Amino acid sequence: MSKIGIVIQREYTSRVRKKSFLLLTFLMPVMFVALIFVPLYLSSIKDNTVKNIVIYDETGKYFSVFKDTDNYHFIEGGNQVDVSSEIKNNESYATLVITNDLIQNSSAVTLFSTTQVTMEDKNVIIRQLNEFLSEEKLNSFNIPNLKEIIEDSKISVNLQTIKWDESGKETISSSEVATVIGMVFTIIIYMFIFVYGAMVMQGVLEEKTNRIVEVMVSSVKPFQFMMGKIIGIGLVGLTQFFLWVTLIVAIVFVASISLATTQIDAEMIMSTTAAVQDLSTVTTPELSKVQEIFGMVSSINFPELVFYFIVFFIGGYMIYASLFAAIGSMVNAQEDTQQFMLPITLLILFSLYAGMYSVQNPNGPLAFWTSIIPLSSPIVMMVRLPFGIPIWEKLLSVGLLFATVFLMVKLSAKIYRTGILMYGKKPNLKEIWKWLRY
Amino acid sequence: MYFLETKDVVKQYANHRALDKVSIQVPEGKIFGLLGPNGAGKTTLIRIINQITAPDSGEVIFKGRHYLPDDIYNIGYLPEERGLYKKMKVGEQAIYLARLKGLSTDEAKKRIKVWFKKLEIESWWNKKLEELSKGMQQKVQFVTTVIHDPELLIFDEPFSGFDPVNTEMLKNEILELKAKGKTIIFSTHNMASVEEICDDIALINKSKVVLSGNVSEVRSQYKTNIFDVRIAAPELSVNPEIYTLKEEVQNHNGSKLFKIEKVNEQITNSELLSALLGSNEIISFEEEIPSMNEIFIKTVSNE
Repeated sequence: MSKIGIVIQREYTSRVRKKSFLLLTFLMPVMFVALIFVPLYLSSIKDNTVKNIVIYDETGKYFSVFKDTDNYHFIEGGNQVDVSSEIKNNESYATLVITNDLIQNSSAVTLFSTTQVTMEDKNVIIRQLNEFLSEEKLNSFNIPNLKEIIEDSKISVNLQTIKWDESGKETISSSEVATVIGMVFTIIIYMFIFVYGAMVMQGVLEEKTNRIVEVMVSSVKPFQFMMGKIIGIGLVGLTQFFLWVTLIVAIVFVASISLATTQIDAEMIMSTTAAVQDLSTVTTPELSKVQEIFGMVSSINFPELVFYFIVFFIGGYMIYASLFAAIGSMVNAQEDTQQFMLPITLLILFSLYAGMYSVQNPNGPLAFWTSIIPLSSPIVMMVRLPFGIPIWEKLLSVGLLFATVFLMVKLSAKIYRTGILMYGKKPNLKEIWKWLRY
Repeated sequence: MYFLETKDVVKQYANHRALDKVSIQVPEGKIFGLLGPNGAGKTTLIRIINQITAPDSGEVIFKGRHYLPDDIYNIGYLPEERGLYKKMKVGEQAIYLARLKGLSTDEAKKRIKVWFKKLEIESWWNKKLEELSKGMQQKVQFVTTVIHDPELLIFDEPFSGFDPVNTEMLKNEILELKAKGKTIIFSTHNMASVEEICDDIALINKSKVVLSGNVSEVRSQYKTNIFDVRIAAPELSVNPEIYTLKEEVQNHNGSKLFKIEKVNEQITNSELLSALLGSNEIISFEEEIPSMNEIFIKTVSNE
């Protein structure tokens, strides 16, 4: 095996075998799903306690309005409220006092309690009263069938968005789904570039401070050593990505099967698969929500997206990892990295924000330029891809990216070669410039 | 022809000259001691020989020709500070370093096993480096330095962190390497070990070579012409044309020790001894040759 291969092998295996890598790789998707579903599940658990609310109604009109629910039990108190006895009454949770006709005076109702009432308590009372009062109001107009007329006038438009390509093939598109998927990929690529780039820097710094390079220079050339590290760690990142894709596909597959068998009958499954297979025929309004989402998600070309993710990850990672390697080689201690890290961190963060704004206008000038300029293109391009962009833009972006990779690796290797064996004070810009011109 | 030579090597750092026209000659198959106080420039010279830094002027000559970048693969370097991965297992690490030196995995494993056994560290194969003591780590580093059987070995302070037993073990390994025909450059502060194992030395002080040559020649250069003589009588008879009495040292069981000095260099030791024998009953006779330690301190403090 070539020397660079031996270095790659060590960098890769020593990281992949770490417990923290395995734990993170397998727990991340689980944690991600848990983060969404645990709060949902918790909020769906019903509260079993029943709150007693005593009602004193001076008008005598409203007691019948209140219907008991699972959590609320309404008790008639009478016409006049006896405050002192009500305070001592432990059975009741709160006391509702109505002093006047609510149509004439809508604030003639008060809720007394010894503990702070919740929003839910208020809402239950307001909802029940509002419903009754608006009906009473409507009835007071004396128009026949008014209720039906109002029901009838409530119309909500269901706007479908369909994208067609030059051959006239139609796909149901969804800007929401494209946005979500674009954002997810952008954040993943941002995270990967940052995390794995920083890992390269850590590794270089470790080898420098432990004087490992001094022993290494008698076996490998500094360039081989640096590239071996960058490639090895990059492969760790790709491994993690593939494991995540596999895991997510598996989870979605299992989830959709269990969803299908529990909730949708056989006929529905057939129509769903038909809808997915031939979307152009499915434009009927009775399309179920589930089918619609299936259609929209499958309108995204995932294999293409994953392919570009890998291409842009490799490009972006190589640029930033070689920069990080150069930084690691220049300094002598972790603390000294800050000063050099800052501009790079700003650049990556700028790209992330540019990506987030590009979501709103994926074909605008900000999105266009930042997805062509190599330092931000890997991050911003991931936002734009789900919306579908012309092929020449993709090719230009990838071409420029890899030209920059070539340049960056060359420059960084020059800094690395000198810096890694240099001890003592931090180099200033003038010295770095000298190293570059050796 | 020397195995390795440096000629007028100069290395200038911002405001201090680390090496000032340093020339050393390392003969093939010998152990060459590079001595000097802290900060004299020893490590800078070693780094230049290892191609870690380049000299500002002067040159390194390897086997009689210009020093080439690929010559570095023929050198094994044991740095003063450990250069190993802390989190990596000892065995794996040794195999990794050996493979980078061009050995196949199987060959590397075979050779490492032999060395580990020799240095009594085979039971650490699966331990992480950081679990070992400094001296133990040094043994691992030593194995990785010699594993690819290089012609030139450079040891920078190899004995630091070793107990006497392990120092002895390492010393024997170094002598064994010499017996196999390896050339060894050896930087140290430990003067006793210099006398024991070095053939030649160069003493660097304040960036310059102040003393160099064969160890016994260097020592005889510093001869003081003083001899210790023990005789069975209370008085020493003196022959002022040949020697003078310097000092009466001690009285012990009826014998007495005197320090005498030859009056000039031309008188040989046998002439001196026969002059002594004529008038004294001699028990022992020994020339005082200064130790490397004394020479070191004398040279460095005189500068």
